[in-house]
Amino acid sequence: MAKEFLIIIFSAILVDNFVLSKFMGICSFLGVSKNIKTAMGMSGAVVCVMLVASAITWPIQHLLLNPLKLGYLQTLVFILVIAALVQMIEMIMKKSMPPLHKALGIYLPLITTNCAVLGVTILNINSNYSFAESMVNALGAGIGFTLSLFLFSGVRSRIDKADVPESLKGLPITLISASLVAVSFLGFKGLVENLFGG
Amino acid sequence: MSENKMKDAAYRSPDERQAEKNSKYTPKSIFLNGVLYENPALRLVLGTCPLLAVTISAKSSLYMGLAVLFVLTASEAIISLLRNVIPNKVRIPAFITIIATFVTIVQMLISAYFPALNDSLGIYIPLIVVNCILLARAETFASKQKVLPSILDGISMGVGFTLALLMMGSIREILGCGTFFDMQLPLFGDVIEPMMFFMLPPGGFFVFGICICIVQAVMKKQEKHASSKSSTPCGVAGDKSDCLSCGGCSLCKGKEE
Repeated sequence: MAKEFLIIIFSAILVDNFVLSKFMGICSFLGVSKNIKTAMGMSGAVVCVMLVASAITWPIQHLLLNPLKLGYLQTLVFILVIAALVQMIEMIMKKSMPPLHKALGIYLPLITTNCAVLGVTILNINSNYSFAESMVNALGAGIGFTLSLFLFSGVRSRIDKADVPESLKGLPITLISASLVAVSFLGFKGLVENLFGG
Repeated sequence: MSENKMKDAAYRSPDERQAEKNSKYTPKSIFLNGVLYENPALRLVLGTCPLLAVTISAKSSLYMGLAVLFVLTASEAIISLLRNVIPNKVRIPAFITIIATFVTIVQMLISAYFPALNDSLGIYIPLIVVNCILLARAETFASKQKVLPSILDGISMGVGFTLALLMMGSIREILGCGTFFDMQLPLFGDVIEPMMFFMLPPGGFFVFGICICIVQAVMKKQEKHASSKSSTPCGVAGDKSDCLSCGGCSLCKGKEE
């Protein structure tokens, strides 16, 4: 049991990193990675929403949609649940945890359309994960998102100081350096099999 | 507090949008706008998630493009029809619901008639819902314009996106696999070794970066040429109203700082 959890979490963080190998959440990845502080704020909010969204969408799929044979409504229901959820989390945070809201609040509205959140909830269902496995997967995906944002914001602060050719300035050089960071993550391919003999 | 500013720009209607509402669109200008000047993928840099993920082959890129084209056109048509009915305050959830409906239709059609395609596009079909292009066009165009221009806008934006996808997919498939639409190309294989790099995720970032670089360079040259015609097409790069949905795409950030 513990081994399965470890396999899920390692694959979600390193092998199939959500940003660098599944390309989910690229918009926010490119948008907020300008400095480490905003990057960490965004990642905190994403981890939060991913966990809560997975915890809510799993029961909806298995206790509501599947028994009623409404599985095809998955996309529609999930995106609305996530949108409502983000709004709710923001309200609750504002009321009961003002310091946290101050740190993460501005990122919350942007998360609704972050495909990583919808992606992780749908992947949980498609991979036939149990509830516990879904939560572990969501946690892993969130940590993977945080890790890549953290690493990449470091890379970008170096680019700012570098002398970049005129036409590569801005987005192109950012994407090419993202490519290099993604190459480094390729090195983790096969890690899970070697570690756990799976 | 640049994020706050951005949020405000997204949820209220700024001057630019008013100007956009008043300006007249001709079919030709809408089409050129969608395919060239405001190409959603290469100029506005929206919808990067499917753009990078499915472009491992020309075929899957083409199908993804067509799926987006359909959803975009249909949802813009419906949103435009309902633009006077949807209350302003709940318009974003309403748009998302309409878009999600069409995505579900596409999803069911694909899994019924093209099961192989379903395997290759997989999770990225439902993720069309959160594609920034759809919400951005719904917000900036369809909710303000009549039905026919909206349909045309949907088609031209969709074609622009499809072309960009197809270009990326072709480059990656030819260089990475030596094939084009699953056909073996003559020189590749023996003379030129296919480079696996382009098929892997990093290759996607790399090719996209180079594509945007080329487009930027070309556009800069054109702007210099046409500097006498001062009016820049609205929405290009700096227009924040297009950024409401993408969670702070890098373009608007770059402009603000």
